[in-house]
Amino acid sequence: MHSTNKVLFFVLAMTTIVALVLSSLFYGLQGRVKINEEVYNKKATLSAIQTKLPKSLDEMTNEEILEIFNNQITQIVIDSKGNEMKPAEVEALGYGGDTAEKLDMSKEKKKPLENRAWPFYKYAADDGQNYYILAVRGNGLWDEIWGYLALESDLKTIAGASFDHKGETPGLGAEIKDNKQFQKNFIGTQIMDANGDYAGVLVRKGGAKNKKYEVDGITGATITADGVTDMIADGIKGYAPYLSGLTN
Amino acid sequence: MADTIVAEKKEASFSFGKKERKLLSDPLNDNNPITVQVLGICSALAVTTLFNKALVMSIAVVFVTMFASFFTSLLRNSIPKQVRMIVQLVIIAFLVTVVELTLKAFAYPMYKDLSVFIGLIITNCIVMGRLEAFAMANTPYKSLLDGIGNGIGYGVILLIVAAIREIFGKGSIGGIKLIGPSNEFLIDTTTSSIFGWYEPNNLMVLFPSAMFVIGALIWAHRAWNKKLVDIS
Repeated sequence: MHSTNKVLFFVLAMTTIVALVLSSLFYGLQGRVKINEEVYNKKATLSAIQTKLPKSLDEMTNEEILEIFNNQITQIVIDSKGNEMKPAEVEALGYGGDTAEKLDMSKEKKKPLENRAWPFYKYAADDGQNYYILAVRGNGLWDEIWGYLALESDLKTIAGASFDHKGETPGLGAEIKDNKQFQKNFIGTQIMDANGDYAGVLVRKGGAKNKKYEVDGITGATITADGVTDMIADGIKGYAPYLSGLTN
Repeated sequence: MADTIVAEKKEASFSFGKKERKLLSDPLNDNNPITVQVLGICSALAVTTLFNKALVMSIAVVFVTMFASFFTSLLRNSIPKQVRMIVQLVIIAFLVTVVELTLKAFAYPMYKDLSVFIGLIITNCIVMGRLEAFAMANTPYKSLLDGIGNGIGYGVILLIVAAIREIFGKGSIGGIKLIGPSNEFLIDTTTSSIFGWYEPNNLMVLFPSAMFVIGALIWAHRAWNKKLVDIS
């Protein structure tokens, strides 16, 4: 039998070596990982405005995406009362930064609607127009779903939308992400109802009745689709005070 | 010293003969980890929706089985018996973390796609099974070959399942769009007169289809290789 000392020595030596190698690898790659993470999140934000970008997101390099974000995107954080938050106030939320992209929507979602902070992006496109990107988050069938809505400069027509999810069923709920046609259907819909109130967009089971305010649902994914409707309605509620302030 | 294995006569022989070839080819056919030993099924169900995902997963598993076997075999005479399993786990976890960090740094979207399943290679029975059954009693060179063989044996099945699921479920393979209802596909079923009836099979995208496909593969494998029929 091995003596206890020998076992201890072996285990200690082994874990020390493994820990050293792994931690140096971690620190060596950390720079790249950080950039990758940043670009991944920025890409997700830009995916809502895909049609207005100079070229398709998949073809863009990391540098090009960072460049668009640095030069053409203005980041603002707003509260649910329609005020822009100061950098110090955003910092105080504790997400390690004072820009809109640092907000953790998953944590904000847990707060009551009137206390939430919202990221707001203004994109000065190459065509001379301004577009606005909103971030929304809600619940699907199994887990969280989220998305980005881009608005035209009139602040009520949707210029693009993109959705993602944590664990929806592939082929059913996951279609909100995988089915590009579902996302395209949002283009041109209005987030204001006929009376001029902020309402959101309805994902209707069985097909949209009025393409101005509704989009087609997804067969077999009613709960996820309803989740998208609720998520947009909630998000628009939070953004409404700020949007109406901007419009006037 | 009951736990030290008697040193082999020819510790360092790197010849590649019939025996070594068998180490590589056995797991591909007669002793395939998935279709014969039925190990590592859980990840085979989860990552086979897309061919590219399965490909990256296979490469990751080959990397882990190969080096886990190699390192374990190197240490086999000095690993204290009482902590044998823990030591093997540390080696596997170490390699999996290396894979995870590499993916994070060089293929971030793929890392996001595979999510927890890279981490779950640690619990893949193939890896630990080979360490216990082979690497603890054989030379590092042979263990390395055995690791590669088993990794590939797993990977090949994964790729076959993924190819079937992607072609019939999404009408594409490795992201190349072949047949489907839009003009991005090679054959556009909305305009094609011959393939207008075709619709992708949604079941293939769902997890249960991997069960059926693997089941069918096991059947096909046994029908083709008569040696396997009486094993179980």
